Amino acid sequence: MNCKKVILELTSYLDGVLDSTMRIDLEQHLSRCTDCRMVVDTTRKTIQIFCNSEPVPLPEDVRKRLHTALLERFRRNAKTT
Amino acid sequence: MVPCQMSATGLCTQPPGAHWIVSATDPKPLASTIVRDDEALLVSAAKGGDTTAFEELVNRYERKIFRLGMNITQNREDAEDVMQDAFLKSYQNLDRFQGDSRFYTWLVRIAVNEALMKLRKRRPNQVSLDEPLPGTDGDDSVFREIEDWGPSPEKKFAQVELNEILNSVIGELDPIFRVAFLLRDVEGLSTEETAQILGISVAAVKSRLLRARLKLRQKLNKYFRRSESK
Repeated sequence: MNCKKVILELTSYLDGVLDSTMRIDLEQHLSRCTDCRMVVDTTRKTIQIFCNSEPVPLPEDVRKRLHTALLERFRRNAKTT
Repeated sequence: MVPCQMSATGLCTQPPGAHWIVSATDPKPLASTIVRDDEALLVSAAKGGDTTAFEELVNRYERKIFRLGMNITQNREDAEDVMQDAFLKSYQNLDRFQGDSRFYTWLVRIAVNEALMKLRKRRPNQVSLDEPLPGTDGDDSVFREIEDWGPSPEKKFAQVELNEILNSVIGELDPIFRVAFLLRDVEGLSTEETAQILGISVAAVKSRLLRARLKLRQKLNKYFRRSESK
């Protein structure tokens, strides 16, 4: 496997859906190619950092307005049915 | 955020169909006695006119939909509109929901469409959902910036600062790559669900995801590389 092929298969590899023959081939390449190893490692960390990032909080005033709008819609629907 | 599971290659993944558990300290305890995992029952009850069941669906997903709106539009007012419109439209069109996907997937699809409409209104000439022409936004620069980040690069920054960095780099991504990344890697939807929501093939999702991940990696490199001193 060459470096270009590693990049093409990167998403499948990181998602754990690469078939075993290809995965072994890719990991053999990684064991001898520092550049590819760093790209794989830093891309994996990129996803992990976003995945572990703090959730955007839902402000209470925003939440209240949502539920007020819903109640209004429920009432309107009840009147028309 | 939903606790992530680790895949064989070390990535956090949330299995399709997984739901988070609201803690005992959740300020809005649910009125319904229907178990949280049973989304289909809630949808069925809501279709039958049970507004409490629909409210329970809202309680379950409001934070996620607001976060998605924020992440796509990068604007609090737009995110609020996206969230409200997504829930009101899903309620209004509940009869059209056939149940051939999760309700959440259907809801996300509505929210994504609303968010993209906001972006198009804001920047009509800049937001396109067409694939960029080959070579205009490619991955040929992957090997230009290769540097070691160390074991926990995010720890170089305080939480507030890190959030600002992440918001900034994701906001720089082209919307078609941003949305694919958010749905798959932040919201934890499967590749198939992401394809369904975006109305594209699984192969197209994988292609957008690859480019999004590589671009984000490249953008984060200047903050996280070992040689970068704060």
